Amino acid sequence: MSKGVFKKSVSPVTEPPAVRYLLIGLSILVLAVFLVLPLVTVFVQALQMGLWQALATFSDPDAISAILLTLLVAAIAVPCNLVFGIAAAWAIAKYRFPGRSFLITLIDLPFSVSPVVAGLVYILLLGPFTPVGAWFLQDFGVRIIFAVPGIVLATIFVTFPFIARELIPLMQDQGTGDEEAALSLGASGWQTFWHVTLPNVKWALLYGVLLCNARAMGEFGAVAVISGKLRGETVTMPLQIELYYQEFRALAQVSAFSLAAVLAGLALVTLVLKSWLEWRYADQLAAGNRGH
Amino acid sequence: MTRIRFREPSIIPGFRLTFGFTILYLFLIVIVPIVGLYMKTFELDWPSFWRILTGSRFQAALKLSFGASLLAALFNVVIGLLIAWVIVRYRFFARRLVDAIIDLPFALPTAVAGIALTALYVPQGWIGRLFSPYGITIAYTPLGIWIALVFIGLPFVVRTVQPVLEDFNAEVEEAAATLGASRLTTIVRVILPALLPAILTGFSLAFARAVGEYGSVIFIAGNIPRQTEILPLLIVFRLEERDYAAASAIAAIMLTVSFLILLLVNLIQSWSNRRFGNV
Repeated sequence: MSKGVFKKSVSPVTEPPAVRYLLIGLSILVLAVFLVLPLVTVFVQALQMGLWQALATFSDPDAISAILLTLLVAAIAVPCNLVFGIAAAWAIAKYRFPGRSFLITLIDLPFSVSPVVAGLVYILLLGPFTPVGAWFLQDFGVRIIFAVPGIVLATIFVTFPFIARELIPLMQDQGTGDEEAALSLGASGWQTFWHVTLPNVKWALLYGVLLCNARAMGEFGAVAVISGKLRGETVTMPLQIELYYQEFRALAQVSAFSLAAVLAGLALVTLVLKSWLEWRYADQLAAGNRGH
Repeated sequence: MTRIRFREPSIIPGFRLTFGFTILYLFLIVIVPIVGLYMKTFELDWPSFWRILTGSRFQAALKLSFGASLLAALFNVVIGLLIAWVIVRYRFFARRLVDAIIDLPFALPTAVAGIALTALYVPQGWIGRLFSPYGITIAYTPLGIWIALVFIGLPFVVRTVQPVLEDFNAEVEEAAATLGASRLTTIVRVILPALLPAILTGFSLAFARAVGEYGSVIFIAGNIPRQTEILPLLIVFRLEERDYAAASAIAAIMLTVSFLILLLVNLIQSWSNRRFGNV
């Protein structure tokens, strides 16, 4: 940006200082009211009866089982989408075939589906009244809908694109030169993948896993529809927050916000790690995420 | 003899494995369930489908969901442009922090956002109490729904406009200034047109997200039928009544709208790629 030759002249390609400060102030005000205040509220509400009352939430068996279920669901859903993300990125970025961009559009599809609809489609397909659902229930004794498998499926659906969409553009940028060199020097396909491709994309992979995990642990709508909300059995952390919140007792309110504070803490950690990756490894992430 | 190939030849192994797995997983997790939803909807005969479409509760929820989402996405365009501009063009204290916090609505679980916003905007809440003396209630009214939708849609416009603004060539602005354009004229006639595809993309994404949003809205919405009931909540009610046909009909309508928006975004992007180069 050019500076004026004379001290008093105003640069033609920026705004007067007064306008600049006004716009900066306005932005910070908007962000403070719309983003920071809700975040602060979670912690203030959790601590309104003191730290001990907030911590007492985590001795409630319902809360403990909700936390464990959330960890379990994320521990299944994230690796599934990780394997898919790597396979999809390999197939789309390392080869040329017709319909690749259409395939990318299909992979992004779950982002434009309402969470409630995401839960509903599985109920319609696998509910106990459907042929597939009845078959699982009678022949294997496995309930899918209103049970943990359904929660996992719905979570996989809503976090489906996260890792693939980080890897695909990056691997497309990187091309196939490195892999071709490794293969021509005698490496096997797996060796090439482990020692050449994976190190090239590891930060983007971590970035995708981070976002995928945050969404998997925090998903509400899709899981709410499909879980059946059996306390201690099919209730994840976000659902337990809702159950506490609906009790309207002051103590239950504290529990709701204490559990919410844990998830808000997770969100903050995610944001910090994400910003750190964007700052430190900007050149090793997909173009859209390079240090803003 | 030449053979027609699906993919161009390559020495890199693993195409069958990765491509096969990608397609299989995509079909099982995404395509089959969505096709199943449409098939369930097609089981309805026309008169029943028509009854659902013209039901007063559905119509009210439809107007509320799309109206509030439209207003929220428009507001997101205004503040998104402001914030993207400030982050890219100015250097100030806490700029990096501002940049990082913008993604909070993506990272914060929607249920957490929902109860936090409700606590803020009820008449006793920190913000609600500023408005209640004037007789303005925010929580449990359409205004509350709008607030929640503004919250969850906030990052979209910022994140689509930001990279385009960063790449914007300052020489063009200098040329405009040299030719006698005022700063305002340069911004309105030179910079904004270049940002238009990014703005439209961000608007569409924020709008699509808002229409389908559930978690952050239901706590602050009040959920009174025909007044503060959004479309996703109506689906949930139909499900609880075990009226699967009606639930899937409403879902199919919402899904079709999302697909049209997705198509629109792709069209905008291919149009802008042709007109402005890759953005």
